[in-house]
Amino acid sequence: MIHSLFLINCSGDIFLEKHWKSVVSQSVCDYFFEAQEKAIDVENVPPVISTPHHYLISIYRDKIFFVSVIQTEVPPLFVIEFLHRVADTFQDYFGECSETAIKDNVVIVYELLEEMLDNGFPLATESNILKELIKPPTILRSVVNSITGSSNVGDTLPTGQLSNIPWRRAGVKYTNNEAYFDVVEEIDAIIDKSGSTVFAEIQGVIDSCIKLSGMPDLSLSFMNPRLLDDVSFHPCIRFKRWESERVLSFIPPDGNFRLISYRVSSQNLVAIPVYVKHMISFKENSSSGRFDVTIGPKQNMGKTVEGVVMTVHMPKAVLNMNLTATQGSYTFDPVTKVLTWDVGKITPQKLPNLKGIVNLQSGAPKPEENPSLNIQFKIQQLAISGLKVNRLDMYGEKYKPFKGVKYITKAGKFQVRT
Amino acid sequence: KKEAVKKVIASMTVGKDVSALFPDVVNCMQTDNLELKKLVYLYLMNYAKSQPDMAIMAVNTFVKDCEDPNPLIRALAVRTMGCIRVDKITEYLCEPLRKCLKDEDPYVRKTAAVCVAKLHDINAQLVEDQGFLDTLKDLISDSNPMVVANAVAALSEIAESHPSSNLLDLNPQSINKLLTALNECTEWGQIFILDCLANYMPKDDREAQSICERVTPRLSHANSAVVLSAVKVLMKFMEMLSKDLDYYGTLLKKLAPPLVTLLSAEPELQYVALRNINLIVQKRPEILKHEMKVFFVKYNDPIYVKLEKLDIMIRLASQANIAQVLAELKEYATEVDVDFVRKAVRAIGRCAIKVEQSAERCVSTLLDLIQTKVNYVVQEAIVVIKDIFRKYPNKYESVIATLCENLDSLDEPEARAAMIWIVGEYAERIDNADELLESFLEGFHDESTQVQLQLLTAIVKLFLKKPTETQELVQQVLSLATQDSDNPDLRDRGYIYWRLLSTDPVAAKEVVLAEKPLISEETDLIEPTLLDELICYIGTLASVYHKPPSAFVEGSRGVVHKSLPPRTGSSESAESPDTAPSGVQAAEQPAMGAVDLLGGGLDSLMGDESEGMGGGGTFAPAPSTAVPATLGAPLSSGLGDLFDLTGGVGTLSGSYVAPKTVWLPAMKAKGLEISGTFSRQVGSISMDLVLTNKALQVMSDFAIQFNRNSFGLAPAAPLQVHAPLAPNQSVEISLPLNTVGSVMKMDPLNNLQVAVKNNIDVFYFSTLYPLHILFVEDGKMERQMFLATWKDIANENEAQFQIKDCSLNADAVSSKLQGSNIFTIAKRNVEGQDMLYQSLKLTNGIWVLAELRIQPSNPSFTLSLKCRAPEVSQYIYQAYETILKN
Repeated sequence: MIHSLFLINCSGDIFLEKHWKSVVSQSVCDYFFEAQEKAIDVENVPPVISTPHHYLISIYRDKIFFVSVIQTEVPPLFVIEFLHRVADTFQDYFGECSETAIKDNVVIVYELLEEMLDNGFPLATESNILKELIKPPTILRSVVNSITGSSNVGDTLPTGQLSNIPWRRAGVKYTNNEAYFDVVEEIDAIIDKSGSTVFAEIQGVIDSCIKLSGMPDLSLSFMNPRLLDDVSFHPCIRFKRWESERVLSFIPPDGNFRLISYRVSSQNLVAIPVYVKHMISFKENSSSGRFDVTIGPKQNMGKTVEGVVMTVHMPKAVLNMNLTATQGSYTFDPVTKVLTWDVGKITPQKLPNLKGIVNLQSGAPKPEENPSLNIQFKIQQLAISGLKVNRLDMYGEKYKPFKGVKYITKAGKFQVRT
Repeated sequence: KKEAVKKVIASMTVGKDVSALFPDVVNCMQTDNLELKKLVYLYLMNYAKSQPDMAIMAVNTFVKDCEDPNPLIRALAVRTMGCIRVDKITEYLCEPLRKCLKDEDPYVRKTAAVCVAKLHDINAQLVEDQGFLDTLKDLISDSNPMVVANAVAALSEIAESHPSSNLLDLNPQSINKLLTALNECTEWGQIFILDCLANYMPKDDREAQSICERVTPRLSHANSAVVLSAVKVLMKFMEMLSKDLDYYGTLLKKLAPPLVTLLSAEPELQYVALRNINLIVQKRPEILKHEMKVFFVKYNDPIYVKLEKLDIMIRLASQANIAQVLAELKEYATEVDVDFVRKAVRAIGRCAIKVEQSAERCVSTLLDLIQTKVNYVVQEAIVVIKDIFRKYPNKYESVIATLCENLDSLDEPEARAAMIWIVGEYAERIDNADELLESFLEGFHDESTQVQLQLLTAIVKLFLKKPTETQELVQQVLSLATQDSDNPDLRDRGYIYWRLLSTDPVAAKEVVLAEKPLISEETDLIEPTLLDELICYIGTLASVYHKPPSAFVEGSRGVVHKSLPPRTGSSESAESPDTAPSGVQAAEQPAMGAVDLLGGGLDSLMGDESEGMGGGGTFAPAPSTAVPATLGAPLSSGLGDLFDLTGGVGTLSGSYVAPKTVWLPAMKAKGLEISGTFSRQVGSISMDLVLTNKALQVMSDFAIQFNRNSFGLAPAAPLQVHAPLAPNQSVEISLPLNTVGSVMKMDPLNNLQVAVKNNIDVFYFSTLYPLHILFVEDGKMERQMFLATWKDIANENEAQFQIKDCSLNADAVSSKLQGSNIFTIAKRNVEGQDMLYQSLKLTNGIWVLAELRIQPSNPSFTLSLKCRAPEVSQYIYQAYETILKN
């Protein structure tokens, strides 16, 4: 199982280590550094590295490498999932998962790690349980603690720890009982040169924020549940009920959590809300090229496409770019060669356009590769797959909760090849 | 106090040594403040090892805390106790641990279960003596699912260091308990339970199905590790389900979506998922055959994800989607990342080899890429075009001219070697081949060995093809290779050529210009035995490395090899052939990589045929493949009559049985001689073997395995040699065969490559089996059917043969053939000739229709064969001849 954990920042300093079994020397990380050097880009460090005596399984999140050391045959996904859970917990506790946040709260971090893993076996990873064991730091609490001398460590057994619903704690009380659901859909797509769709799918999630007293038993139904044929559920969902009635029935955890994630892949269901007209060319034997890109709305269901940003990794030979944007502003970073164009809202009457001259390094050969355009956008109040929540019912408690559903569609990995 | 301890801990976390404060910190341990207690425990765990004497001071507190009314404190104490890795202390901790294992609070019990694993890691003997293992086993039946999950996890970890012990002895009752706990425990517990379930061997297909049904809901879990472990269980137990079952189809459909969903997770998860999908796609390509698009590469995927996706795209490429795949690959070939571009170009070549219909399109795509003149693309393209030439000889050579234009830009050894090979191989079609090769020769000593070897072979080829103009050139290269080179391989090859050319130019021609075996797409597949083993390790490190754990996990000597369960339920008694050898392995103690010997060996045997090209040169593969491929043939003809002792044994009850011939001579197999023959009796095929020990030591631990072959012949049972074989002793064995093994077309069609293993080594030989052992008993066609079929098969599928010197009359022929399941449907007499119309059916369902013309005065018969698969005709004819002449 998981032996040790090292947290390493981008400049290669090990700023935290934790061992659940015997102590493993920091020098084991040298193999990681070696791999990191080879990979050049931080994103390209292979997640599983073998060393003569150990295996290093790592994830890269928020500019921190979480490197775990294992010694026996362990499912790597188990380790990777756990590491992501650790990062999620830090995020949850400190509001951000950064080196400074971790260093500032080093004792809590240590207490958390100790609580999450025992002898390499995961112990408590649900945020509801952890928060009962170790209270998250707040300014108020630290003031109160310093006056009264009380601690931020709970001294009773977490109520969820052993019940059949380990994700929920008992005795939850709110004055305003509310349940909110965000249906968030991201479109992943690859559009080829000619504008036809090579690949497109929707990655959807329903994120929930539930603040209900007691032990509410919820059931959520959809207008068109047939859309959901490839779904991953939060453990709280009763699978049998879904199989038979296509209704999500569950006792929710307290607070924020991801209820389900789903995938819609059949091509005809995936609408592509924007199109891009592009002309990027480099002249042979000359140190310049042309760049001309227009973005327009396509199948947007009558809603406004907003928050549009285009990023392009230009070829290495590009020195700088002289462009004019009819809308929004652009920046070009001559070091990373990334062009970013912040477009904003698309109005069909006047399509945003960015065009101008590309200056190449003189003498360099004409770049071979065609840069891909990465597009981001947002459409409020729309789930592009057409998924609609029908109703939410609550059983088990008497009060009337306030309910709300919000839809949003975003671009995921949305790429246009040129 | 608390603030001080906090500061101490803070310095500890960054790796500072604060062990000097040990006594002071331990003094704070007896406190009611839980946070302080936890902090002190944290400190203790870190430093107890370095201060064992001081640590004893803590024992009393632990014992006391284990009886605290608050379960949280009891659990905390038992947890911390196990983390203190000091021998002296452990003994004091047994009593409290025993109490905690039986605690009334499940939270304490589950913590105690893990503590047993910790203690076992420190002092295994102590844990066994104290009987903790039995208590742990009892916890599997605990009422609380979390306790069950932790007990399973602890037992699994202990079992890993004790492969021989039967700790996780699963039976249907305990499986049922695990399945119940599975639904209710945490996600991590589910992983432990699923991994444990995967080791269980259900007793029949019904049990397998019911377990599958209860595991399937886990495929929708949000935790990808749970999903993958569930996939493992399903992939393994599916092996036992009959393919005709409706449930089998449903299960296949259910497996695809979760696998695809894994690909939308974080890149690290994607990577592990892709490595596993790579295995799954090889084992059961049908699961993901419609999901090609999800493997299309996005430009900002990390490189490790890109390369894996590419690999899977090729595995899924088929005629139906090849156009899409090629368009994508062409797109990738213009990307920035050099490694990725290279692999994309290579992938185009692999597509050409895999999907024959696409070869032409692939070649033209490659030519387009060569036109881009991007140096590394050109080089990579030339390397793969060489492979395409080998796969489809005499088809695409028109592109050679284009390749030659790029000769000067090649600077990588592999590309240079490939180009030189092409020039040498097609010397007769390239007008200036000699000039081209000569230009390479100028810098001979600066080239890498690979290129030197290739150049030597190419020039010798050229000489053999155009002897008159190139004499000088060949002398030059031979002297360069033999006199001026320090490389022994090069010198040896040079000498061999030299002597061959000077003593027997005809033989030289036969060796150097020998026909090369075709390469196939199979080369990059994982060898099936290994694949089956790896399927059992889905989701583990082994699946990421594509190696069995014995090959890389430290200290795993004696790891029990896992194997897929045999398929039951189908009537054809199809025991999976690979259980036999791995069963033998499991019994062996130092089993490190033993299965590999069998597996890897076969692999290299196959690899030689195709990889020889890429590696060194054409000379090497020719003789090395010739040995295994034809070993059987000359021997059986040469020594056949010597062993004509057992002939005719089975003729009465079954089809004709050829006398035994020596397949593997003793001198090639460290004293083990194998001779044998094939027979078919009442519907079952067997391989009758005589194993003779001509060595001085006893032989034991026999196992046999077949390479994939044209008709899927495979052993139906393991090779049973009951007693060890003493020197000079021989044993006769009849090995039953079935035809449900993996199929791969061989050349010749009836070639069978066999690996036999004993305690000394693994040996390979190949033999040709007579096709009539595959003629099934229900091969008699109805008359009408025969007529219709005969008309239906196109005339170009008809083949005619002469059977000479046979003096039998029509009736005798007919009855003799019937004994071997060739059935006469009608007999006619046309102008004094007897015409026999016959039919037969092969085990794979291929029908063959025959017309045999017998003239009373003429001892030669004319045999016309019609079959939808005309390539078998020749071998059917051989079978006719064998049957009729014996």
